[in-house]
Amino acid sequence: MTPLQRPPPLPWRMAAHAAVIAAVGFALYPVLWVVSLALDGAQRPSGRALPWPVAPSLDHFRAVLFAHSREGTWLFARQLTNSIVVSAMTALTAIAIATPAAYALARFPKFVGAQSGTKALLATQMFPGVASAIPLYILLDKLHLLDTQLGLILVYATTAVPFAIFQLRGAFESIPKDLEEAAMVDGATRLQAFVRVVLPAARPALAVTALFAFMSAWNEFILAATFLSHESAFTLPVALQRHVGEYDAAWGRFAAGSIIVSLPVMALFYALQKNLVGGLTSGGVKG
Amino acid sequence: MRAWLACCVFALLFFTQSHASAQPTQRTVTLWHAYRGAEQQALEQLIRSFERTQPNVRVSVLAVPFDAYASKLEAAIPRQNGPDLFLDAHERVSSYRARGLIVDSDAVLDLARTEASGAGARLSASDVFEQVSLDAFSANSHVWGAPLALKCLALFVDEALYVRAGSPPLDELESLSAFTDGRLGEGVVPLVYYASNAYFHAPILHAFGGSLLDPADGRYAFVGERAERSVQFVTQLQRDHVTPQELDGAAVSQMFRAGKSLAAISGPWMLGELGDRPVRIVALPRLRQTGQPMRSFVTVEGALLAQHAREPALARALAAFLVRADAAQVRARVGRQVVATRAAWSDPALAQDRTLQPFLRAARVGLAMPTHSNMRLAFEPANQALRRALRDPAALRVALEAGARRFAVGTRPLPPASNPLWLQLLLGSLALTAIYRTVQRARDPVFRQSVRASRTAYAYVSHAVIVVGLLVVSPLVVGALTSLYAGRDGALSYVGTANYREILTAQGAGLLSSGSFYAVLLVTVLWTLANLVLHVSIGVILALLLSRTWLSLRGIYRVLLIVPWAVPSYVTALSWKGMFQRQTGAINAMLHMVGVEPVSWFASFSTAFTANVLTNTWLGFPFMMVVTLGALAGIPQDLYEAAEVDGASAWQQFWLITVPLLKPSLLPAVAMGAVWTFNQFNVIYLVSGGEPDGGTEILVTEAYRWAFTRQAQYGYAAAYAVLIFGVLVLLTRALDRVTQGPARPKGENS
Repeated sequence: MTPLQRPPPLPWRMAAHAAVIAAVGFALYPVLWVVSLALDGAQRPSGRALPWPVAPSLDHFRAVLFAHSREGTWLFARQLTNSIVVSAMTALTAIAIATPAAYALARFPKFVGAQSGTKALLATQMFPGVASAIPLYILLDKLHLLDTQLGLILVYATTAVPFAIFQLRGAFESIPKDLEEAAMVDGATRLQAFVRVVLPAARPALAVTALFAFMSAWNEFILAATFLSHESAFTLPVALQRHVGEYDAAWGRFAAGSIIVSLPVMALFYALQKNLVGGLTSGGVKG
Repeated sequence: MRAWLACCVFALLFFTQSHASAQPTQRTVTLWHAYRGAEQQALEQLIRSFERTQPNVRVSVLAVPFDAYASKLEAAIPRQNGPDLFLDAHERVSSYRARGLIVDSDAVLDLARTEASGAGARLSASDVFEQVSLDAFSANSHVWGAPLALKCLALFVDEALYVRAGSPPLDELESLSAFTDGRLGEGVVPLVYYASNAYFHAPILHAFGGSLLDPADGRYAFVGERAERSVQFVTQLQRDHVTPQELDGAAVSQMFRAGKSLAAISGPWMLGELGDRPVRIVALPRLRQTGQPMRSFVTVEGALLAQHAREPALARALAAFLVRADAAQVRARVGRQVVATRAAWSDPALAQDRTLQPFLRAARVGLAMPTHSNMRLAFEPANQALRRALRDPAALRVALEAGARRFAVGTRPLPPASNPLWLQLLLGSLALTAIYRTVQRARDPVFRQSVRASRTAYAYVSHAVIVVGLLVVSPLVVGALTSLYAGRDGALSYVGTANYREILTAQGAGLLSSGSFYAVLLVTVLWTLANLVLHVSIGVILALLLSRTWLSLRGIYRVLLIVPWAVPSYVTALSWKGMFQRQTGAINAMLHMVGVEPVSWFASFSTAFTANVLTNTWLGFPFMMVVTLGALAGIPQDLYEAAEVDGASAWQQFWLITVPLLKPSLLPAVAMGAVWTFNQFNVIYLVSGGEPDGGTEILVTEAYRWAFTRQAQYGYAAAYAVLIFGVLVLLTRALDRVTQGPARPKGENS
């Protein structure tokens, strides 16, 4: 048992639990208001400190889950599929583009253009996209990718690439070089060493990066609503945003929809968290 | 297994793509709208009837989220991807006309008149449609939309409280002040309305003979004696406890719905929120003080014919169908719309409709919202002036005049167009220098050697360079070049660096005056620092705790703690805003339980800023926590064992092992986090909305306001974006020096 995993005395453990529980309370409180809004017909129950629905019912959830289009398509299922496809492909594409680039930056940090490339990459994150929706629209139009999920995936994935490269470069840098050199001495090519040795060791960082790319696509609606022109191609956040009008909003449905939208993300995180902490217990990287 | 999964996803993608194509055999007319609920239901019902009358025609309908509606139209129509017909409010017509997005609807009105006239004498347009709806859509002796429905304000009266109050006459607003003595019940007020919003204040202003904007020349008119008297009137109502202070739209419907007020001034959109509460609706009363009626602004929704329509004739036919009397009756009955087609009201049920008739009466005496393109620009300064004046009645005149100045900044004359020759020369010479330098370097044998040595690396990065260059960098470059242009509503002309000069000189006002670039920059830096410190410290502490195996239930804790990140922020930010509401919010309710006076969170800079930071901390710490967890997972455990053997304390282990090894993974996240927080638009926009007086605005929200609420001055917004970029480059360089100065030999260490 390593020092960090050895239980401290009871008072310390209780203090740790208290701190974490306080943080959980802080994290959940505003969301409980959203939940109570979703369960209640009332618009934001007023003047109370505890988020408790007045007359709970599942009507809003039903309305969101069982919406059908004019042609009789079950919209929720269709849009959930769209969202899953778009977000998963975004994560995969972003990782596929970013991983080799990040590896090159970590292992050959002195190649010509590495420095200015890294700076340019960081710079893309600094420029607010106030007016970039219309140039992007024109670009996708020219590439005949407008109104397709492929176009949306490309846009989302490339937006996620700069952060992914930075995140993965840091992870690759902290993996000792000797690991892959040992593999190469044993006869593996650099590519084999990369795939068999480096990638498994970088699993936690890959998981975080993929989750991040997935999330950024999962919640985006402005670009999706601008680029897509078929209701059956919409993603869930676009459908969710339909509950907000110019003057008012269907708060109950909006809240119910947002809870439904966030459940898959939490499930995904739950599934990925073994990767996040895997290194701790199995001692993944030992020099 | 994983490859198989990827194949499945690809197959699914292909499947969904192939289904998206439309049938080519029929004629299809495309209609876009942003209607929801009952209005959408009525519209879809009418479209089915239209399709029945025209067997070979299919109507392709797209319901777009309102927030993306205008930008989608603006992007799609000029590139011929737009609809044939779309539904929108008349206020946006002048902007659509300026951009050439619509054509006139004269032919539709002719069709409607012919249809309505039947065999009898030919009716005039004002016989067929409500006059106010024609006023709204007329400009340059054309009509720019077929009027569908009217939206305006009316007085909602709670039936039960009204009976308890003894059914008093409600033809004067002041008569409500008789019920301030508590006879309505504990905590029940006579009137609720969104007093600090110019749209809701307008009826009172109109009753005092004032106006927000001179409809003829687009001059800002919310200053001077009439405006002052109208605000003083409201201040008096609040002092007399006729209506509470600091209500927003959501709080109004919340209080009215909860039976906490006798009357409310609101629009038809509140009907859906009332549940089964019995309500009486009457047209807005008059003011006893002036004897004038409270005339509400009327917004008219219509069917607009898009430019570049593929089926213009069908679009006209569909528009004419939607305004027919029988179709209007469906919209009124099913969609609960106050329809603009006069003949629809002959239906006996509609003629006695207790909800729609009062709104119709209110609309008939109302004023069509001015269509001048300055109107949308007037609301922001007018709202700010009104909020400030109601908060601090002593500063009434100052507040109103500040509003007028803000308006003047928004409508200032555009900088003169200049010759783009200098730009071309500059770009040309830059390109030449770059080429020259590349050629010079290419001759250098050492450089050629290192390029050759870099070839392996290029194989790894080339695809990333291509995609990021095409889809990320090129739109940004286009955006940056826009900053050299100026114009409103899409008509841009080259002005050189005029936008930058205006921003950096604060448009002639003091350099640190409120709303100037430097003042906003200061707030932005403060905002970024406060958030970053909180995000990183909370995130790291929680990650350290959650990485301990002895902490039972940590799997559950971990999932619960990422909830703020998982729930879409545009919902939770609104939830936070609701919690900070003065009258109805949960935070003041909590403070009340411990005996603290209610706080007006958005009335002063410090509390509004705190509210923003609290919200963004809540949103941001899970990300830092997750990144730290991932980084902690990569630290070899034997280091700690070795350190313990060497006698290092837990504190020393943290600073000598954990911190240095966290750094490579955490620093990029911190740098990115800083940049994202610097440009965090949603929280500021949704929670404080810049309150008070634009004081909590940050640079990026200013940029957005120029792009989207101030007549689409994209060039000016783009100049803001370029300046933000410049500031960030400087700041990150400075940060680099500070954080990485001594510890830089990273990368060579392994």
